[in-house]
Amino acid sequence: MTPTTERHAGESYLGGERTLRSWLTTRDHKRIGLMFLIATSLFLFVGGLFALLLRLELLAPRETLMGPMTYNRMFTAHGVVMVWLFMIPAIPSGFGNFLLPLMIGANDVAFPRLNLASFYIYVAGAVVALFGLFMGGADTGWTFYVPYSAQTATAVVPVLIGVFILGWSSIVTGVNFIATVHTMRAKGLQWMQMPLFVWAIYGTSVIQVLATPVLGLVLLLIGMEHLFDWGIFDPRRGGDPVIFQHLFWFYSHPAVYIMVLPAMGVISEVVCAFSRKNPLSYQAIVIATVGITFFGFLAWGHHMFTAGMSTFAAGSFGILSMVVAIFSAIKVFTWTGTLYQGSISLKAPLLYVLAFLFLFVFGGMTGVAVATMSLDVHWHDTYFVVAHFHFIMVGGTLTAFLAAVHYWFPKVTGRNYPETWGVAMAVLVFIGFNVTFVPQFLLGNLGMPRRYYDYPESMQWLHVISTGGSWLLGIALLTTVLYLAWSLRHGAVATDNPWHSAGFEWRTASPPPPYNFPGSPALHRGAYDYTGQEPPEGPAALP
Amino acid sequence: MIPASADLMRDVLFLPEAASRQARDIDALHFWVISATMLGALAVGLTALVFLVKYRRMGDRPRPTRFIALPVKYELAMAGLLLGLFLAWWFVGYRQMIALQRAPEGALEIYVTGKQWMWKFASADGPDTVGVLVVPAARPVRLLITARDVVHSFFVPALRVKQDAIPGRYTSLSFTIDRPGSFPVYCAEYCGLSHSRMWATLVALPPEEYQRWLEGAVPPAVGEAGGNADIAGGRLGEREAISIAQRGEQQAARYGCLACHTVDGQPHIGPTWRGLFGSERVLVTGQRLVADAAYLTQSMMRPMEDLVAGYPPVMPTYQGQMEPADVAAIVEYIKSLRHDAGRAP
Ligand code: HEC
Ligand SMILES: [Cu+2]
Ligand SMILES: [Cu+2]
Repeated sequence: MTPTTERHAGESYLGGERTLRSWLTTRDHKRIGLMFLIATSLFLFVGGLFALLLRLELLAPRETLMGPMTYNRMFTAHGVVMVWLFMIPAIPSGFGNFLLPLMIGANDVAFPRLNLASFYIYVAGAVVALFGLFMGGADTGWTFYVPYSAQTATAVVPVLIGVFILGWSSIVTGVNFIATVHTMRAKGLQWMQMPLFVWAIYGTSVIQVLATPVLGLVLLLIGMEHLFDWGIFDPRRGGDPVIFQHLFWFYSHPAVYIMVLPAMGVISEVVCAFSRKNPLSYQAIVIATVGITFFGFLAWGHHMFTAGMSTFAAGSFGILSMVVAIFSAIKVFTWTGTLYQGSISLKAPLLYVLAFLFLFVFGGMTGVAVATMSLDVHWHDTYFVVAHFHFIMVGGTLTAFLAAVHYWFPKVTGRNYPETWGVAMAVLVFIGFNVTFVPQFLLGNLGMPRRYYDYPESMQWLHVISTGGSWLLGIALLTTVLYLAWSLRHGAVATDNPWHSAGFEWRTASPPPPYNFPGSPALHRGAYDYTGQEPPEGPAALP
Repeated sequence: MIPASADLMRDVLFLPEAASRQARDIDALHFWVISATMLGALAVGLTALVFLVKYRRMGDRPRPTRFIALPVKYELAMAGLLLGLFLAWWFVGYRQMIALQRAPEGALEIYVTGKQWMWKFASADGPDTVGVLVVPAARPVRLLITARDVVHSFFVPALRVKQDAIPGRYTSLSFTIDRPGSFPVYCAEYCGLSHSRMWATLVALPPEEYQRWLEGAVPPAVGEAGGNADIAGGRLGEREAISIAQRGEQQAARYGCLACHTVDGQPHIGPTWRGLFGSERVLVTGQRLVADAAYLTQSMMRPMEDLVAGYPPVMPTYQGQMEPADVAAIVEYIKSLRHDAGRAP
């Protein structure tokens, strides 16, 4: 046993060994989860900074702040950092790691060493990718379309290798979580009693394990093409650039669900906890989670309607995309219905859920709109699509991430955040987000293509509004970090269950002790059972 | 939808003017879908707000709540209804998509080549141009699009159409512009340094003026578009001294096509080119299709994919080895050999 796992009564996972070494060699899923949360949040800020600079350049047509080369590199960096360093790992590897074992009454994940390895693989991938982004600066966009990516003189290969390595972290964590859910559930905890966040993470893990290898393969192929000029995708030698697009989206469309499913898991937890209600239909959410996991694999072609695919193929991908949307709609319906006859406490996490509901419905329905083939012909590769996926990624995932940060802040740190600030910034995030991205839908309608650093004058004022919005969003997020950092030291010390949540993760101390539950966890009361009187403060019914 | 309200919607949504029937049809679906989207988001947001106010917690002490579970079948019924709505959109969208891809009868064919960072246009009888695509109004036009280097995408917002230009492949796009005018064209697929300036102008001329353009005049609308410094490579190409079909004949000789194909009606190693264009072909698979421009280019690029019945599979692929302009020229040459063309050039 390493020193960190020594147990002292009443001591939290944060206490005990406090040396850097004990953190870097820890096998405690909570410490690993926290390290992931810190690292991914850091990259959220790096990626966000890029976004602010890009928006600044777009304040006026022609060159204002940077030339086209810098701009092209920067939107590539923004995409790569946000997708692979923040969105994909943030909720699964961060909150998933921290909460999964707590939510199934386990003392750790199935393979704690592998879990730590996953963190180091992530760090290694991040270092290599960032090295590439800063030294040579790939300018291909995060989509790496051939033949451009095979021809560009910029440093594509280090970025490809970095992302390749990051993929391994994703796979390893996925395998670990699947094994954990199958083998580590507390005695008597049935599948259909698991918290919905666990279901979400489980579905996510399946996608990570099945889809990421395809990404690895295709990244290797472009690397080869770029380095050795093999002609795999080069039409001059019988290759086909469109095959690349199929392979790429075969991963990258399901990857959208790697980013969104965990967010949905968060929403399910927060809605129930703050309305003190069971979900309107637990089964419906489970069915929808499984449905998204499966059908998410079959919709990739909707990214290629204009790449010369047959009308029949386009139609098939269109229908399949709509089926996926239906599963999301089931969830939205269920969350909204869950509020009915609840005892609702409007705290920052629930405010974020409200924002999520509105933005996610709008983002999701515009998703159905772009899956409608003839409409997509106009919108494809314009700001409409940019706005659509930012509604899902920022309006959906980032909002859920913030809900999670606030909801589980006392669980992770043992302190409360200042509620007034939390509420104020949630409102500002919502406003800033809409001011940034609603104009982008309109820009897309006007015909503004994406990845343009220059544009016709007639489009300017919509860009100005959007840039203004991005600053609001930036200020709101920065303020959030500041008050959260402040709370780490000065926040009021939290009770074990400040929200009176029935969630399993709250049935132990906050922050939890190294092995999570002193003795066997008490999971008799369901994770969404609010029908009884609240027991007095403290961990519920310890043996 | 009545035209006035459609125009209002277009203004509200910042859509550019719609210059073709197809574009107006697509807009009608757009209005329907986007209104439903806004209503949906508002409905969910407002319902949540109402619940929030109505069931807000009084005081800080949580009270127990009732266990309410909606049977899954109701959820599925709700989902079914919504899916019905989505499928209705899908159905309309699918039909529009077919209309977009079907080439109208007697369309004027124009070859479009994207290269970093300009658009080149070549047609059978008009001059070659760079940065300005000149078409007649009120006549169907079919673009055969390819790229020289990397993937580009030919995007005309006013027509609501977009088609990727892919090296080694020909894709096509058809439209009929209903009145004369100039419309911006953008490259929509990221293609490197000057992607954001890979623009062109689509000029639709009245029929008489288009005729004069073919005869060598430069109508003011074309001159303006061509002289506009905003347009990448914005200058008119040299008027070709020889016709495109004549150039095709030279290229066919240069690439050695005539070693296997004749132009006098006699089959040789490969089928003759006389009367080929527009005729019905029978493939080894038994499939029958009409030899149009797309079929001809496909036969050059992937000869093994649609083998003509009765010939050995010996034709080499020319994928990536021929300049797109040469492909276009040879297709024009083969076209000029059609039976109903009457005479060889
Ligand atoms: C080595 C002989 C050979 C050469 C050289 C050759 N072809 Fe062919 N081509 C054939 C044969 C044999 C067929 C019929 C089998 C098939 O469809 O591939 C054919 C078929 C075609 C067809 C389809 C004709 C039809 O009847 O449907 C076209 C078009 C064509 N070739 C164009 C070209 C062009 C253009 C070139 C030069 C760039 C060329 N070929 C060079 C042998 C050749
Ligand atoms: Cu997708
Ligand atoms: Cu481009």
